[in-house]
Amino acid sequence: MKNSETNTGSSMTVLKKVLRFIGRYRFLLILSILLASASVLLQLYVPVLFGHAIDEIIGTGQVNFPRMWGYLRQILILVLISGCASWIMNLINNRMTFYTVRDIRAKAIRHIQHLPLSWLDTQSTGDIISRVIADADILSDGLLLGFTQLFSGIVTIIGTLVFMLSKNVLITVLVIVLTPLSFFVAKFISTHTFQMFQKQSDARGRQTSLIEEMIGNQKIVQAFGYENKASQRFRQINEELQSTSLKAVFYSSLTNPCTRFVNNIIYAAVALVGAFLIPGGGLTVGGLSVMLAYANQYMKPFNDISSVVTELQNALACASRIFALLEEKPESPDGTELLTDVKGNVELDQVSFRYVPDRPLIENFCLQAAPGKRIAIVGPTGCGKTTFINLLMRFYDVDSGTISVDGKEISSLSRHSLRKSYGMVLQDTWIKAGTVRENIIIGKPDASDDEVIQAAKLSHSWEFIRRLPEGLDTKISESSLSQGQKQLLCITRVMLCLPPMLILDEATSSIDTRTEMLIQEAFDRLMQGRTSFIVAHRLSTIRNADEILVMKDGSIIEQGTHEQLMKKGGFYHTLYNSQFIQTSP
Amino acid sequence: MRSLAVYLKNYKKESILAPFFKFLEVIFDLLVPVVIARIIDIGIAGNNRSFILRNFFLLILMAAAGLTVSITAQYFAAKASVGFAAQLRQAVFDHVQSFSYTELDQVGTPTLITRLTNDINQVQNGLNMGLRLLLRSPFIVLGSMVMAFTINLRCALIFVVAIPLLFLVVFVIMYLSIPLFRKVQSRLDRVTALTRENLTGVRVIRAFCREKESVEEFDACNQELTRLNEFVGKLSALLNPVTYVLINIATVVLIGTAGIQVNLGSMQQGQAVALYNYMAQMIVELIKLASLIITLNKAAACAGRVADILKVAPSMHYEEKTEASPETDCVVSFDHVTFSYPDTGAPSLSDISFSVRQGQSVGIIGSTGSGKSTLVNLIARFYDATSGSVQIDGQDIRKFSRSDLRRKVGVVPQKAALFRGTIRDNLKWGNEAASDRELWQALSMAQAKEVVEQKAGQLDHMIEQNGKNLSGGQRQRLTIARALVKQPEILILDDSASALDFATDAALRKALSTLKGRTTSFLVSQRAASIRQCDLILVLDDGCLAGKGTHQELVDSCETYREIFFSQFPEERISYERSNSRTPASEKSKEVTL
Repeated sequence: MKNSETNTGSSMTVLKKVLRFIGRYRFLLILSILLASASVLLQLYVPVLFGHAIDEIIGTGQVNFPRMWGYLRQILILVLISGCASWIMNLINNRMTFYTVRDIRAKAIRHIQHLPLSWLDTQSTGDIISRVIADADILSDGLLLGFTQLFSGIVTIIGTLVFMLSKNVLITVLVIVLTPLSFFVAKFISTHTFQMFQKQSDARGRQTSLIEEMIGNQKIVQAFGYENKASQRFRQINEELQSTSLKAVFYSSLTNPCTRFVNNIIYAAVALVGAFLIPGGGLTVGGLSVMLAYANQYMKPFNDISSVVTELQNALACASRIFALLEEKPESPDGTELLTDVKGNVELDQVSFRYVPDRPLIENFCLQAAPGKRIAIVGPTGCGKTTFINLLMRFYDVDSGTISVDGKEISSLSRHSLRKSYGMVLQDTWIKAGTVRENIIIGKPDASDDEVIQAAKLSHSWEFIRRLPEGLDTKISESSLSQGQKQLLCITRVMLCLPPMLILDEATSSIDTRTEMLIQEAFDRLMQGRTSFIVAHRLSTIRNADEILVMKDGSIIEQGTHEQLMKKGGFYHTLYNSQFIQTSP
Repeated sequence: MRSLAVYLKNYKKESILAPFFKFLEVIFDLLVPVVIARIIDIGIAGNNRSFILRNFFLLILMAAAGLTVSITAQYFAAKASVGFAAQLRQAVFDHVQSFSYTELDQVGTPTLITRLTNDINQVQNGLNMGLRLLLRSPFIVLGSMVMAFTINLRCALIFVVAIPLLFLVVFVIMYLSIPLFRKVQSRLDRVTALTRENLTGVRVIRAFCREKESVEEFDACNQELTRLNEFVGKLSALLNPVTYVLINIATVVLIGTAGIQVNLGSMQQGQAVALYNYMAQMIVELIKLASLIITLNKAAACAGRVADILKVAPSMHYEEKTEASPETDCVVSFDHVTFSYPDTGAPSLSDISFSVRQGQSVGIIGSTGSGKSTLVNLIARFYDATSGSVQIDGQDIRKFSRSDLRRKVGVVPQKAALFRGTIRDNLKWGNEAASDRELWQALSMAQAKEVVEQKAGQLDHMIEQNGKNLSGGQRQRLTIARALVKQPEILILDDSASALDFATDAALRKALSTLKGRTTSFLVSQRAASIRQCDLILVLDDGCLAGKGTHQELVDSCETYREIFFSQFPEERISYERSNSRTPASEKSKEVTL
């Protein structure tokens, strides 16, 4: 667990936060608790009335019908009221839990839009999703239902005790003394099976990872003829799992029979004592039947409460994970200035940035990109190329120094205004589940089909879109297109918007070199008069840039046109030539 | 689903005994109210203390007997279900080992993994619960009714009416809500997917300023989910109150009738208490039964999915023994080979013919989706050609035994996958018997020697699952070494140097060229530089062979190859165009002289 700092001290603060969060449903919560108590008390009182009714049935010719029917009538009325109460309670609980989950998720998704990318990049997507989806569910289920269950459990215990005491003190004491027994039995079993469960989940974990490895790479398993070996290894772990599982499943399944056994003993004891008391007038037969019914039920709320407590703890742990997300510091406040009629004069002055405070990444970076210039950035992996792009788009804020566009510092600009001025294509393509059209018009929702097709033709994605079963209306997802096709779509998005500045971060890396050349021509046209920043691995794609920045370890080590840099014979020269190394035959 | 029953065969005894002992337990449970009734009617009415005491001990005895049989039942149920699951798991795993690539593509590995883990666990739970409880609840419900008949006919008739009515209510509510739950699940999946999109697409969403629209879309889905949840909730909220009210109405009628019967003298007070107890016992079991049926339903669905996997028949068959091949120096040849993946219209390879002599190096180049990988997959017989024939050593590839073929062909796949274990374990995949010296040889040829030397423990260095503790380039070099350890006659590198920098790539190719003579190699690449030295280059374009020959021949004759090559070597285009424009010019001048 990531948030292991959730100790008992802070669980109170978490609880307070939760209560504040569900504040608008406070009224419903109170109502639910009231209804729960009412229906529980009624349900407890009904057996008492049945006992009275049975007491009126003494023997042949000794049945007091008017009084018996009187009790039965009362029972009917109370049962109906109790039924209604628990029905309304269920409805209220539903509304409360589902609405709370909805609110949490709505709040989370809004918050995510404003979280800094520097934070999001360090988080695992799966972890955040599980907070928004699973944790939110557990929180609402566990916490809200936990409350009502806890409450009704307590009411049940107290109610049962009071009703039992009113019938007979001796038997009540007997039940109170004996019931903890079944508790201990259950506890004993669960502590002793815990270890077996651990062994089981350990074996299961190892089996799962073997399955993931072998089946996940089944093609390689086959290519190396490893099938028999794989089967063997699987058999070994499978047998181990079988024996640990058998123990865990069997021993844990002892809980029910054992607690039932203890309950049966209590039941017999109550019957014995009760039977001895009746002739002396200490109890009636109806009273005994009530006592027996209670003795059976008395354990249940205890079990319920103990499971509710674990559930509540679990829910609080989830709550703290959700709040950690909701309280994560949002990005720096948005500026208000707007960019209008962008020329594309981008200036970086003494810019420094680090992900980790003690590891410098970009240091004192200076750059002036005149309007319409084509700037290419090259360098080995990890040299800060992509970080540079992140700073331009203001996905990350600089640690020091300034970046300005057309003389306006970007921290004073509204993010939307800045980002709308850039068209960006990244190496990591992202496709939204939806139609092809929906994916293309992301940047220009009101685009006509003609415009979309025009853009698709320019970016050479039209050839494959045209062949899809339903053309622009074909539903696509991350996995239904090849990497190259996805990249073409991302390029089409930008072609449609025609923004005043461009950022291409390895935009054509997954596209074969022939298609790339065609797209390059389209880009060349597009980049005409637009300031553009290009990061590329294939050096052939950046040769005709106006300026090439060679980056290494976060700073620029060489700068100039392709010809100048080649003439200089430095790092770029080596880098460029390494792609043409020939093997001697 | 019934087909899975064979895996229960070894546990026949257990799966009969478990419900049987459960049945015995039920009998003890059902006898309890009878004993209580006798205590009341005989012991209390006659003030017979020794009778009461005797019956008390009878109750204790019954409780102890109940405990014993129930533990026995649990044991048999656990043994049967766990054993069944283990056998089933092994069977599915072994079955998957016999799949060819076609089946793997069709089913998909993520599906297979879920079937083997989650689904089989669910089946195990379902079987365990089923063996233990499926008979208990109906036994108790019906047993209560039977016991009621032994007490009083009139009163028993109330059970006869109440039980089906309760069943009806429980099942109607469940019948209506189960499909709705499924719908809820799909709505929840949608919300999950949108959350994921918002996270994975955060850069694009922000770059295109789509935050507001994203939130709106999410809100709509979220609201839809909430609405449906509440609707389903309304339905299931009815279950408890309705059954509670019904059972109590039945009890009221029962006590009323009992009163009349006792008054008439056809029944005693204690028996009325017994009937009351039976009624109370029944409702608990009925609710349990309902939730059990939900669990069983889920388990049955999982079992069906597992059975579907077992039903998939492997489509590829190997000969037991390789047939003797004719004398030829032609190692690999394709004879009018056409191949299409199942369920796709257009062929991925059409009418490919070429032949390769021993020791030659073959380069395969073409744009993405042109069929390069498909072609080499046919050489390894991962798929069978749709028409035409693939031959190795002059013999049809289908005439080879599985192990002979695997020994001959070494593949380095595109995806550099390594397995948990030491580097040595991984390298020995190709050849169990390889000595450390052979491993180091392979490593140095694959340019991976330094990689391993830097690691603590060298060959004994532990690799994590999927080689997570190595970089992409390191993984690729180790997978190349793994194939080299095998010393295959035919080596296939399927774009497996893409993560290497140009210098390492060149060094690797240089090292591989020393293998020549014994090993025939196939190199798939996007980089013209990587394959230009090959003895034979195959140029693929949209599944067709656009050209074959050496680099120089192809530059002269193949338009597709020229385009690819010049897109990567612009300087060469210039010199080519210059020399080309000169050639016609000189020809012209020749004409002039003639």
